Amino acid sequence: MADLRVSLAGIEAPNPFWLASAPPTNTGYQVQRAFEAGWGGAVWKTLGEPIINTSSRFAAVHFGGQRVAGFNNIELITDRPLEVNLKEIYETKKKFPNHALVVSLMVEPKREKWHEIVKRVEDVGVDGLELNFGCPHGMAERGMGSASGQQPDLVEMQTMWAKEAASTPVIVKLTPNITDITVTARHAVLGGADAISMINTINSLAGVDLDSWQTIPHVAGKGAHGGYCGPAVKPIALNMVAECARHSDIGVPISGIGGIATWQDAAEFMLMGASAVQICTAAMHHGFRIVEEMIDGLNHYLDNKGIASVKELVGKAVPRYSKWGDLDLNYRVVARINTETCINCNKCYIACEDTSHQCIDRLTSESGPYLQVREEDCVGCNLCSIVCPVDGAIEMVEAEPAGAPMSWNDRMRTMANLNAGKAGMEAR
Amino acid sequence: MERRTSNGMLDPELIARNFAEVECGLTHKAAIEESNRCLYCYDAPCIRACPTGINIPSFIKRIATDNLKGAATTIMDANPVGATCARVCPTEVLCEGACVLNHASTPIMIGKLQRYATDWAIADGRPLFQPGAANGRRVAVIGGGPAGLSAARELARDGFAVTVYEAKPLAGGLDTHGIVSFRLPQSISLWEVEQVARLGVDIRTSVKVGDDLPVEQLLQQYDVVVLSAGMGDVPPLGIEGEQLEGVYDAIRLVESTKSDTHSYPELAGARVAVIGAGNTAIDAATCSVRLGAEHVRIVYRRTKAEMTAYAFEFEFAKQDGIEFNWLTNPVRIIGDEQGRVTHLECVRMQLSEAGTDGRRMPIPIEGSEFRIPVDAVVTAIGQKRRVALIEKLGLTHDRGVVTIDRSTFRTSNPKVYACGDIVFGAGQGEAMVVSAAEQGKRTAQAISLFFTQLLDSEAEAAADVVEVHEDAAM
Repeated sequence: MADLRVSLAGIEAPNPFWLASAPPTNTGYQVQRAFEAGWGGAVWKTLGEPIINTSSRFAAVHFGGQRVAGFNNIELITDRPLEVNLKEIYETKKKFPNHALVVSLMVEPKREKWHEIVKRVEDVGVDGLELNFGCPHGMAERGMGSASGQQPDLVEMQTMWAKEAASTPVIVKLTPNITDITVTARHAVLGGADAISMINTINSLAGVDLDSWQTIPHVAGKGAHGGYCGPAVKPIALNMVAECARHSDIGVPISGIGGIATWQDAAEFMLMGASAVQICTAAMHHGFRIVEEMIDGLNHYLDNKGIASVKELVGKAVPRYSKWGDLDLNYRVVARINTETCINCNKCYIACEDTSHQCIDRLTSESGPYLQVREEDCVGCNLCSIVCPVDGAIEMVEAEPAGAPMSWNDRMRTMANLNAGKAGMEAR
Repeated sequence: MERRTSNGMLDPELIARNFAEVECGLTHKAAIEESNRCLYCYDAPCIRACPTGINIPSFIKRIATDNLKGAATTIMDANPVGATCARVCPTEVLCEGACVLNHASTPIMIGKLQRYATDWAIADGRPLFQPGAANGRRVAVIGGGPAGLSAARELARDGFAVTVYEAKPLAGGLDTHGIVSFRLPQSISLWEVEQVARLGVDIRTSVKVGDDLPVEQLLQQYDVVVLSAGMGDVPPLGIEGEQLEGVYDAIRLVESTKSDTHSYPELAGARVAVIGAGNTAIDAATCSVRLGAEHVRIVYRRTKAEMTAYAFEFEFAKQDGIEFNWLTNPVRIIGDEQGRVTHLECVRMQLSEAGTDGRRMPIPIEGSEFRIPVDAVVTAIGQKRRVALIEKLGLTHDRGVVTIDRSTFRTSNPKVYACGDIVFGAGQGEAMVVSAAEQGKRTAQAISLFFTQLLDSEAEAAADVVEVHEDAAM
């Protein structure tokens, strides 16, 4: 079995699967159950000034008969007294000294407030702090959470205030509700962050009840936007992790969060630069035992790949994540339909015919109808292989390139050089 | 212990339980899961495999998106007896047999989804269709079975004034009377009858055309007559002892189990031999079991390979403990002094080499006669043709199979169309409920088209007259 131990800015954990700061990490009872179940770490549900929560808090988006493709919540930070939380944090860390126990914090953007909470939390013995600059609902209306996380200067300043008091590593949790996450990530680094974590939830309204016309969820007939997470947000989160991972001015470890439901998701986040991951929705959907399948799957994957430590995955795919302008415009793939495997549902045909490039023909031979791609007209969009319900029935194969590799940026450079040459000639 | 010779009767409540529908409907969750599994194929083979061409991917997507009225409408639009067909269609050789998922995982349970949607419509109670604007034409439909109902409904939607003449006290034909209750509760078929009646179709029951109502009257009073009278009872075997007490006609036996009068034969504890191996024979056998028969066998002169019952019906019968005696031909029914059946005398058969038509004929093995002790014999060797009615209508037919133009369902009398079992046989058509429904639909389409074209040609003729007048005026 591979070594699953990870380290995030010096915070050690037996595996990369940490529970994110959320309802599953509300109490010592829950976090201890999670550690017993096998979770490598946990970020305690955000501590701050006392708040009151609403009744009716969560909603989910179900898709195609499957439950919880996406998840929405309007729950705020902890509604339990700080003393109670601190006592349970102390007990939990004492019981599980080898697990990563990080505590999430959110206070008003005031220096003394940050100093005070950091000291009180560190006094009970924690492995690290996570600054919650991400929650988009409720707290943001009071100037905290994503409201401060959307202002790069506030991110930087508050990180600095926390760092002034902190002796353990400080992780800054970023909001995705922003145009360019690398901006706030850079400011967190400027403020002294030891690591960044992303993404927090995305502004969302889960739905509208078609019978009552109430929002989903509603609180006594009124709704408010919530924070969206779960499998549906994974691609958004993965991109943001990758953008930060490849950014030369960021350079701090990343804790990947957003829609991770399986070991495969976790491995992808790690390949794109996450040193460890945080998970919430999958645990809320299935209970803490789901981590067993994640640990087992990741172990077998690493063994099959001959990789001794999960740390070797971190960032391995980042160099491949480039910019559109650097993509080779002469590279070609075309779809090829395997008539042996094809079940003739014609989904590829109608998708291509109606919404892509009209290059699949419906033909008939002695043995019946079959589908064939006119490869010369195929642009390699992948749509047919995406809608195909049968594994292996449509393969995207590399075709003869249209020419020597050339990207848009290459092309622009070449043309600029040509123009410069021409201008030089004219000047002579 | 002395074997009981007089047959008993089961508690009616037990009988009711025995005849309760075998298959359960899908739960909401199961329907959502299954409907979401459908690939929503383009130009789906299931549609082509359905004789009525139901847009199956569409109705399944509507179930998946919580639009059950839309789903039921899609089904019933293409098939006026779609609720019945959801239960009785041999789906594994039709839609489900054509499902592309046969090649990848398991086919979609189309029949069960169809039942889910139509059960919703039955429970909902609101009509799915409206009659068309009256076009002034009158149509008489003889026989209110699936073909006749289907024709009547489509004609009503096209604005025809339709009267259905049904010989029995309840319409629905074999759907109402002939399909065993544990496959198809009578209420389903009666709901379909009601849907047709709600379109303004006048359904006159207990009227036997030709006996109670002269055919001439129909031909005079209506613009068109649709003949969809199906077939009759089981024909005689032509052997000694058929008149004995304890000899039953399979069609009537099944019918007796579906009526409210509980007129079914007393078969509790009886040993029953069913003659024939079609779907009706299986129905009679499984009904006998449910009426309490102690032992039921099917006696068939050919082999399993020639059996016309569906494979799933054969399996169902075996699950009911029914014994199959292949290559066994009844030659005589023997009774006691009271005229009650005691034995069925049979002869063993063998199959000949394939003849010029490729069929292997059963030939008796000389001296192989033997007697089976039985308390009841049920005959299920087919159905009688409606020759008398057909001849009263003066229609051309081939041994009781009405001759029609295959594309228009028109008979030798241009005013009379025919569809359903009355045109089945002699190499023509299919005996499935779903085929009868489709034939009824096409018959209605042909009738509508005929009158539309008639109107067009009349309009053209009128226009020509005007032109002639204008020419004359110049």
